[in-house]
Amino acid sequence: MMSGWSLIRIATILVYLFLFAPVAVVILLAFNANQFGSFPIEGFSTRWFEALWNNDAIIRAFKTSLILGALTSAISTTLGTLAALAMVRYDFPGKRSISTLLVAPILIPEVVLAVALLLFLQFLSMPKSFGLLLMGHVVFTLPFVVLVVQARLVSIRRDVEEAAMSLGATPIQTFFEITLPLMMPAVMAGMLFSFTISFDDITGTLFWKPGGVETVPTQIFAMLRNSISPEINALGAVMVIFTIALPLIATAIARVASAQKIRAQKTTA
Amino acid sequence: MADIENAVELQNVVKRYGEFTAVQRMDLTVPDNSFVTFLGPSGCGKTTTLRMIAGLTDITEGDLLIRGKRVNALPIHKRNLGLVFQNYALFPHKSIYDNIAFGLKYRKVSKSDIRDKVNRALDLVQLPHVADRYPNQLSGGQQQRIALARAIVIEPDVLLLDEPLSALDANLREEMRVELKRIQRELGIATVFVTHDQSEALAMSDKLVVMNNGVVEQEGAPEDVYNNPASAFVADFLGHSNIIPAALGTPDAAFTNVALQSGETLLTTSEQTAKANGSTDVRAVIRAEKIGLSDQNGATDGVIAIPGRIKTVDYLGQQARYFVTVNGRDWQVINPIDARPHHEGADVFMHIAARNCVLLPGHHD
Ligand SMILES: Nc1ncnc2c1ncn2[C@@H]1O[C@H](COP(=O)(O)OP(=O)(O)OP(=O)(O)O)[C@@H](O)[C@H]1O
Ligand SMILES: [Mg+2]
Repeated sequence: MMSGWSLIRIATILVYLFLFAPVAVVILLAFNANQFGSFPIEGFSTRWFEALWNNDAIIRAFKTSLILGALTSAISTTLGTLAALAMVRYDFPGKRSISTLLVAPILIPEVVLAVALLLFLQFLSMPKSFGLLLMGHVVFTLPFVVLVVQARLVSIRRDVEEAAMSLGATPIQTFFEITLPLMMPAVMAGMLFSFTISFDDITGTLFWKPGGVETVPTQIFAMLRNSISPEINALGAVMVIFTIALPLIATAIARVASAQKIRAQKTTA
Repeated sequence: MADIENAVELQNVVKRYGEFTAVQRMDLTVPDNSFVTFLGPSGCGKTTTLRMIAGLTDITEGDLLIRGKRVNALPIHKRNLGLVFQNYALFPHKSIYDNIAFGLKYRKVSKSDIRDKVNRALDLVQLPHVADRYPNQLSGGQQQRIALARAIVIEPDVLLLDEPLSALDANLREEMRVELKRIQRELGIATVFVTHDQSEALAMSDKLVVMNNGVVEQEGAPEDVYNNPASAFVADFLGHSNIIPAALGTPDAAFTNVALQSGETLLTTSEQTAKANGSTDVRAVIRAEKIGLSDQNGATDGVIAIPGRIKTVDYLGQQARYFVTVNGRDWQVINPIDARPHHEGADVFMHIAARNCVLLPGHHD
């Protein structure tokens, strides 16, 4: 019995090591003073982060990624939430097929999706553009928003909304007073999901981006073709911190906000 | 408009779901200030009817009037109704105070009036100290009281309750039943109450509506419906009845003979014989609670004594249910358990008074 558990424990530790050791190595090497990234680390330095800061191409790529991620998540969250509402709250012909179609981009290999969108563009004889890139990102982040919000909506009982309407709230007021606040956590989660997915996507982005436009992942990819510069380690470290910190900050904000709301209500009532 | 003010009036209301008819040609009134109960087995259309009154379900045919005004097409938020659900349906993200104040926000009530009204509603449901809490910090019974407070604080034209007590345990149910009735009386609010619990229905209603398969089987004061069921369904559904085909003798000023198919002869009153409309083909309905059991013959004027043997006894708390075999047929008899309950295998006499032998027409329904 005991030994069985220890085996499982060891296996678990190994799996986590396998998953996270490379990430740890990247972050460690980012602080390495030596030009050639190898162990043991020789001296602590932040020079690679400074180099990053002074590299115009990287800063430009970072801005592009931020804008692309923000727009993608805004559009995906809005469309995805509306789609989820339609799926859960209304009955209409073809509902099942539309539902499948909405989540299909998760099931289709990204390369196929990328090529398909390009072919479609060619068919319309339109050039590649930032708009196309954005559209592509919306298409494959949308399913995540739809799935997360749908799951939440199913758990919001219809009679709560009916009670609100019986008390005099119009359907629109009911949506903003009852439904939206109750599904807000899922909407926020969908928003974060779509932002992070867009922020570190590379496959689709390589196909869709117009010439001269780089996002952080494609920039790293381009840099890797020349040499393995420690700058890339620094950039990797920044991205890791960014994608981990973002959800944590969002959760913290949500928690503080709800605590404040409770306190406010306690004093008024 | 009618002379007597009716809070709700259904005229020939029909509800169809595709081919299936859930409610058929229903005519019904809910008089002002009265407590009306829909009682019936599962799937008979109680909730559907209630939801049509609320405006949550469209009416296929017919008219719905609230306070004399036709409201078929009026959306729910303009109907001024109080709605209470089986699962409370409180707003989980709002405090109890905000839950109750919700309806007042849409009614041009000043802030200070809102506070007064909410506090009064909380007093009325005897939960004055929970305003700051959230729904998940209350027990089921408390949540249902808040749901009630939230529904009545807007002074609705009608209060609609769909099995509001069925999620509560037995003791709490009893307590809430009394409470609900007290509040309804105090406010004099027209109320429609849906249940499939007959003791609840009998105890609370001014008017009882027994439904089956989307039609009203019978409506009236609870004691009338109980004592004088209009159909075999009602007789069987409300309490326990012995329903036996019979031939009616020649009507008499005093008592008339009722010859049961099983061989015994009972007596009935002229009031009942009138219902037969001259036909002799009838069914006799004798409520299990209205049969006296004794080890003495004791027949008197208007009371028949039938000898039988007790087959089984079920103890139901303060009452016992006996199955008494008479000429090969089992009769149900429910009697209070007194000092000397009857035992299985005992020879007894069933005493049946003429006024407790209710007649229904023969095999037409
Ligand atoms: N949306 C719907 N579509 C189709 N049929 C429905 C729908 N809603 C209800 N029904 C049918 O209408 C009939 C009446 O349903 P209703 O909910 O009114 O029953 P009920 O008397 O409230 O039963 P219960 O005591 O179980 O709550 C049922 O046979 C039900 O299957
Ligand atoms: Mg029901």
